[in-house]
Amino acid sequence: MDVNQIQELIRLVSKSKIAEFILKEGDFKIIIRNQLPGAEQSSSPSASVVAFPPPVVTIPGAAPTLPPPAPAAPPAPAPSAAPASASEAPPPEAAPAGNWLTIKSPMVGTFYRTPGPDKPPFVKVGDTVDVGTKVCIIEAMKLFNEIESEVKGKIAKVLVEDASPVEYDQPLFLVEPL
Amino acid sequence: MFKKILIANRGEIALRIIRTCKEMGIKTVAIYSTADRDSLHVRFADEAVCIGPPPSAESYLNIPRIMAAVEITNADAVHPGYGFLAENATFAEVCGEYGIKFIGPTPEQIRRMGDKITAKETMLAAGVPCVPGSEGLVPDAKAGKALAKEIGYPVMLKATAGGGGKGMRIVWSESEFDNHWETARREAQAAFGNDGIYLEKFIEEPRHIEIQVAGDQYGKACHLSERDCSIQRRHQKLVEESPSPFMTPELREKMGAAAVKACHAINYEGVGTIEFLVDKYRNFYFMEMNTRIQVEHTVTEEVIDFDLIKEQIKIAAGVPISGRNYFPEMHAIECRINAEDPFNDFRPSPGRITTFHSPKGHGVRVDTHVYSGYTIPPYYDSMIAKLIVRARTRDEAIKKMERALDEFIVEGVKTTVPFHQRLMQNENFRKGNFHTGFLNIWDFKNA
Repeated sequence: MDVNQIQELIRLVSKSKIAEFILKEGDFKIIIRNQLPGAEQSSSPSASVVAFPPPVVTIPGAAPTLPPPAPAAPPAPAPSAAPASASEAPPPEAAPAGNWLTIKSPMVGTFYRTPGPDKPPFVKVGDTVDVGTKVCIIEAMKLFNEIESEVKGKIAKVLVEDASPVEYDQPLFLVEPL
Repeated sequence: MFKKILIANRGEIALRIIRTCKEMGIKTVAIYSTADRDSLHVRFADEAVCIGPPPSAESYLNIPRIMAAVEITNADAVHPGYGFLAENATFAEVCGEYGIKFIGPTPEQIRRMGDKITAKETMLAAGVPCVPGSEGLVPDAKAGKALAKEIGYPVMLKATAGGGGKGMRIVWSESEFDNHWETARREAQAAFGNDGIYLEKFIEEPRHIEIQVAGDQYGKACHLSERDCSIQRRHQKLVEESPSPFMTPELREKMGAAAVKACHAINYEGVGTIEFLVDKYRNFYFMEMNTRIQVEHTVTEEVIDFDLIKEQIKIAAGVPISGRNYFPEMHAIECRINAEDPFNDFRPSPGRITTFHSPKGHGVRVDTHVYSGYTIPPYYDSMIAKLIVRARTRDEAIKKMERALDEFIVEGVKTTVPFHQRLMQNENFRKGNFHTGFLNIWDFKNA
């Protein structure tokens, strides 16, 4: 599946009345969800594209082991700008509404959902966050930085997989304002 | 050889480096600020990491952010380009600490040649001729006057912490000395917080002629001849060419030998440039050393047919050089095309380029990162393209440059193309009669 085919797929799905489209081809899987007309906000259908990153490769003996970076976004933009990696989504939830807020990464590094390997995540979908609530850790050069939310609301979506690399301004969480 | 190089830069040089890496089979990582999302270097790199907002301090000059990008992409080397962190010894040091190869000289070499006074001391010790002047700072006006008498007027007072022309005064005779001494010190204190002044002979009608050098990790060094960069406006180069119209084979040999001696004196690793001032008697004096690849490296590439970025990467990877010197076989001229309005004091002209048509054809090279529809961000420098022509003779090169400039269409922003067109027609330029004061004398608007 190459970039042109993916683009064509997105175009077709977004034009259709399909709510969710899943395609699996060997190691590759793509899920395209459509916001159908009649849903809450935006008048133009927007498709959110979710593509799974390649499997994590661990090199024995190399310390620290970092996951390979998510594939770079293809040069021609998809209809809606989507992050290159995404979380395992539970059964189809409401499509992103127009007034949702985004928590973006303030730095470059590796994103961690939990404060430690055996600890529970800082936040889950459905949790309420306030200004200052710790939502994740981003690690760079062995320094762990706790990232605080700058918005108030309910976590609607986690956009990045645990232990993935993130860049500056990359959307991390979608927050539904209360 | 390196597997993956992160380019810690932007614009045309980032693209330039990516091109060579591709040819060498090396993967590339581009870094960019949010203002550069649509930049060509981001598009053409294998991977790209957004590292910060537009201000350079939070992006291209930000060492932690850049190192974080190196970390998440597993790059094994960093190419700093020119400007930004290219001559930042701390950055070179941090790379070393992280086991990442900094493609350039060692931190010590950067430091030594970065400080004007230690650079000069190093060169004097190596037997490279320097501009006669004070050894270090001048303690007071009395000592200054005694030294000036010995060297001979005119002399120049320069701030040791200075740059960009601040804290500099030309003293034409002893009677003016005390006056200029006072104002130079006050200006230096105000501008740099350091009123230290050193003194040098003022070279009259100097030409800026620099020698491209290369040194490997095993102590070998060589030179690739000169570039004449005398056409400058406020100490910024606008046009460069090789060979210099003022050069003779004898002078080239002497300057080349001095440049190689300079490299040996510090065991220089990488490519670099030794800048000299040449007076009308063809005496040459060391001015400074640039321990990086330069904007105008392209001119040397056109006349000596080496990919200097490739040589840089090879040297960093431990490949030895032959030690042979190289001499120009053709003539090349480069015009820096800036997004500036030459008719309004070269005021910067950022904005959206609606049409960009660059010249092509035999002997024409354009290094650029812009394209039709590209918006020039206001946060960085104004150079949008380098137009380089190459021909068998200087006359033919000038004709080719004229032809190429006529084909250069840029709409939406103002550029310095009209300035270069007039320069190519100027009698003195055509004859090779110019020095660094040329643009102070020539009123191009009424040319």
